[in-house]
Amino acid sequence: MSALRSKAAVPFDTLEAAESATRGVVVRFFEYAGGLWYLLRDTLRYTVTLRFRPREVLQQAYFLGVESWLIVALTAAFTGMVISLETVEQAVQYGLQDFIGGSVAFGTLRELGPMLAGGIVFAGRGGAAIAAQIGSMVVTEQVEALQAMGVSPVKALVVPRVLAAVLMVPLLTVFADIIGVYGGFIMAYWRVHLPPTVYWHSVQTTVVTSDFVKGLIKAAVFGMIVALVSSYEGLRTEGGAEGVGRSTTKAVVVSIILIFVFNFVLSYALFG
Amino acid sequence: MMQQQPAASGVATGAPNVAVQLQDVTLRYGPKIVLERCSLECRRGQVSAVIGPSGAGKSTILRLVSGLRRPDAGRVFVDGEDITDSPERDLIEMRRHMGFAFQFAALFDSLTVAENVAFPLYEHTKLSKSEVDKKVLDTLASLGLNDVENRLPAELSGGMQKRVGFARAIVNDPSILLFDEPTTGLDPIMTHVITSTILDIQSRLRATSIVVTHDLPFVFAVADYVALLFEGSIIEAGTGRELRQSSNPLVQQFLQGSALGPIPL
Repeated sequence: MSALRSKAAVPFDTLEAAESATRGVVVRFFEYAGGLWYLLRDTLRYTVTLRFRPREVLQQAYFLGVESWLIVALTAAFTGMVISLETVEQAVQYGLQDFIGGSVAFGTLRELGPMLAGGIVFAGRGGAAIAAQIGSMVVTEQVEALQAMGVSPVKALVVPRVLAAVLMVPLLTVFADIIGVYGGFIMAYWRVHLPPTVYWHSVQTTVVTSDFVKGLIKAAVFGMIVALVSSYEGLRTEGGAEGVGRSTTKAVVVSIILIFVFNFVLSYALFG
Repeated sequence: MMQQQPAASGVATGAPNVAVQLQDVTLRYGPKIVLERCSLECRRGQVSAVIGPSGAGKSTILRLVSGLRRPDAGRVFVDGEDITDSPERDLIEMRRHMGFAFQFAALFDSLTVAENVAFPLYEHTKLSKSEVDKKVLDTLASLGLNDVENRLPAELSGGMQKRVGFARAIVNDPSILLFDEPTTGLDPIMTHVITSTILDIQSRLRATSIVVTHDLPFVFAVADYVALLFEGSIIEAGTGRELRQSSNPLVQQFLQGSALGPIPL
């Protein structure tokens, strides 16, 4: 009865507006997903037919990858240290010190390395840069100039960035893995004087090569997602500086959301 | 030649001397109608100019011709081909034979002047690096741009950027040239250089040029035919002399730059 009363209390035009808004959200979602799909398809087409400039890929790899080393190193080191800090004393208390190295390495190689390097850091730094660069080129007619010269913006702008991301994010992840595991070791040694042999033996006996490789596969997928979404947002930029700001913010937000979603899907598929 | 077209469909489109044709084109940006049943023809090897008040849709015509925008209604023909619904792949191929000089140059800000001008050559020709370098330097020199090839666009004045954009548009010897306000912001000497360059290209390449501008002395110096665009439609077209002698009060007000007349401020 109360449900009926509350339903009747909703004005008809409000229901209609809500229905229309829901339909709008659904349409926009599929438009967005469709746009990303077409961009991915064109990117793959130019990539497999080798229609891109290797020099541009290298330049982007340097900018997006090499220049990110410091921020990746800092985030990985402190994250490895904080995991170790949180677990090490309880582990010793329960006599589980033999598992500290393994648990830090296990979590870092499978989840934290790819998520930090490929997800948060790359989306925040690389994704924002990609969206801002391409968005600025859109509002200053540089993208139209490319098109007017008979050059596809996907070929000239998107392919080098996606290839650079797919190449460099796994490398950054290797870097993050190493630093994260070492960070964990430093904290374990500092807090409970855990002997190095115990820590590294635990690492060796707990993780296997496939943990490392599957983590890198995840990283490559995350890199592709960030570069693709950020390029897409850049190309959709409208308006001036404000539009570039909006695109950049949206690129980072959408990238991070998609990374968390795909992290679950990939973890389920690869490790589940 | 550029002239008004009858609004009826079925107008001949394959005339060999017509390089570009818009047929009853309507284009909207959101609720705003930019062009409404706009028709014009640009003859091969001639300079056609589109003049009109700001916001009349002049630049949009260049974007339609280059396939950067698609009309909501009507047809666009380039070299006899209907490009209205052409796939992007075909448009990319078509644009290789076009040069587009943008109003604000649209130079790639991460590339040097030489790299900007060389861009279409590296994309669409198999010239060696030395041949590209020579062609780039020759083109820059023809526009009075010496010793700037290693500078970035941000290090140039607005007028110089414009000339570099002009050089990039013509370096590939295109058969169709599109100029969006080519002389705006240039001093009289550079305006003269641009005028001479366009006339030189016409005689050398027999290219078809479409110029969008407010610069009336420039228009009457270079254009074989002139069209006046007002509220999304071509209201008058002909030679410069014909336009000057027109009895249409809209044309007279625009040519005289008068605040009084049917064109609202």
